[in-house]
Amino acid sequence: MSISRMRLRGALGQAGTIAVTLLGLLLLTFVIGRMMPADPVRAIVGEEASPEIYQQVFQQLGLDRPLWEQFLRYLGDVLTGDFGTSIRTGKPVIEDILHVMPATIELATFAILIGAGLGIPLGVTAAVNKDRWPDHLVRVFSLFGHSMPIFWTGMIALIVFYAHLGWVGGSGRMSQFYIGMVPDVTGFLLIDSLIAGEMDVFASAVNHLILPAALLGYSSSAYITRMTRSFMLDQLGQEYMVTARVKGLSRRQTIWRHAFGNIRVQLVTIIALAYGGLLEGAVLIETVFAWPGFGQYLTNNLIIGDMNAVMTCVLIVGVIFIALNLLSDLLYRLFDPRTK
Amino acid sequence: MENPILEVKNLCIRYNGAPTDAVRDVSFTLGRERLGIVGESGSGKSTVGRALLRLLPSAQVTAEKLRFEDLDLLNLSEAQMLKVRGRRMSMILQDPKFSLNPIQRVGHQVAETLLRHFPVSKSDARVKTLEMLAAVKIRDPERVHDLYPHEISGGMGQRVMIAMMLLADPDLVIADEPTSALDVTVRLQVLNILDGLVRDRGIGLIMISHDLNLVRNFCDRVLIMYAGRVVETLNARDMDHAQHPYTRGLLAAQPRIGGSRAPLAVLDRRPEWKEEART
Repeated sequence: MSISRMRLRGALGQAGTIAVTLLGLLLLTFVIGRMMPADPVRAIVGEEASPEIYQQVFQQLGLDRPLWEQFLRYLGDVLTGDFGTSIRTGKPVIEDILHVMPATIELATFAILIGAGLGIPLGVTAAVNKDRWPDHLVRVFSLFGHSMPIFWTGMIALIVFYAHLGWVGGSGRMSQFYIGMVPDVTGFLLIDSLIAGEMDVFASAVNHLILPAALLGYSSSAYITRMTRSFMLDQLGQEYMVTARVKGLSRRQTIWRHAFGNIRVQLVTIIALAYGGLLEGAVLIETVFAWPGFGQYLTNNLIIGDMNAVMTCVLIVGVIFIALNLLSDLLYRLFDPRTK
Repeated sequence: MENPILEVKNLCIRYNGAPTDAVRDVSFTLGRERLGIVGESGSGKSTVGRALLRLLPSAQVTAEKLRFEDLDLLNLSEAQMLKVRGRRMSMILQDPKFSLNPIQRVGHQVAETLLRHFPVSKSDARVKTLEMLAAVKIRDPERVHDLYPHEISGGMGQRVMIAMMLLADPDLVIADEPTSALDVTVRLQVLNILDGLVRDRGIGLIMISHDLNLVRNFCDRVLIMYAGRVVETLNARDMDHAQHPYTRGLLAAQPRIGGSRAPLAVLDRRPEWKEEART
């Protein structure tokens, strides 16, 4: 069998896995929708509607049909892009989500860049200096990031860096002053402001993004640091590291060329997972910073029982993880040449 | 001995935090010959090898003399050692399964030695690498060059290791149990390749092993180590005339095809041998 055909078969297999996963995910969200104590009919008709109207809507929603038929209908709706209407806003759910998702993606992406940019070098430093002072220092630093409640650090950071020092913007995605100044093209404020050529808005957006992103980044760097440290320790103890030294490579060269090269695949896995966690939305930080993101959206809808919105959010989180898995698979191939 | 490559006098090594020395008062000289170091696990033989390359970051190494050609190994800076390792002194490690980087092509790993020490282009390094792979009797160097360590056998892996360590044409090679991880059937083959290359190039070889038979067949002289010190130094051909009871114990513990079926002698280990003065 030729290599290209083997690759094609691999790709088809992967597509099949994704399809099955998605179907399972849809089944799960469907079951969640039916199991939740919230009554979708009551949510539409209100508390005071007569039993006749209630019955009418009950039938309109197809709730009198057998479950499998309801599931097929749900499947059809989702496939045609109809995720239902939000009870809270009266708008299609997908429209609301497309509005909050870019805010979260912006925050999560900057946070993971900071987290990985901080966590990887710190982890390597700690591993290379195991049990000496840099290691202890890094461990204390990441322990803080791991264990301090983020709503608390968020508030403290706002008081210090916004209220007292005035280095960064406060809550929201930009200053009140600029709201509505740039047209919504992609939903990503950083991109939209550049498209509109409004450098002031761009600066304000960066200014507002930097603090919550740094806090989330610090907190996720704690995990990345610890994992990098343990992956590196594992590699540094390997015999091939001695070989590299015997060949005449300096310690630094063996660390980066050999040991670090061999942990990239593992790093991709944990960073992708951390990124997925951030994309789910960081409710606490979003609340503290009044960030109109996905985490807040999901939480608010859960509280009031807006099931169409909740189901769609669950679906989106699932899709995010599937997408990140695909991305990590691609990166594995880049970082581990044996998989070619 | 005229112009010894290596002179070691009263070498002592203590691991940090250890109550006693792992190696005590080891002395020997090495010319362009093959010296075997034999001993049990923990006798300090591998520690000696790594100390010569100054690859014991967590140990104190002291000696009256530790001279390698024109260099005083004890007083070289790390920067100077980087020019010695791989270029003038190298080491063949035990198990190619672990001593080769699993995610790099073997040819790339072999060439790294050359690229580290000589200003050669990548294509020149490749040519030299292929030549060296052919020299260690790899039949299809072009193909093996692009393989990963998991795709080659143990015997071939060890030949790749030999190629890597001899590529920069060192004067001294330390072989630390080079065949212990190999199948019995390929041991001899690998040893013959190593032996041939070492002889042809006039390289000094230190063969560290626990295999007495192997060492007596492949080396000119043998050091017997016990509990961190050398108990006896012998010419390989005089092995049967060993004086020290420990050496004789080791020899007596070797089974022989066609020999007596009586149980083998149990190796005697006496604490006073740890302390006695070297003869």
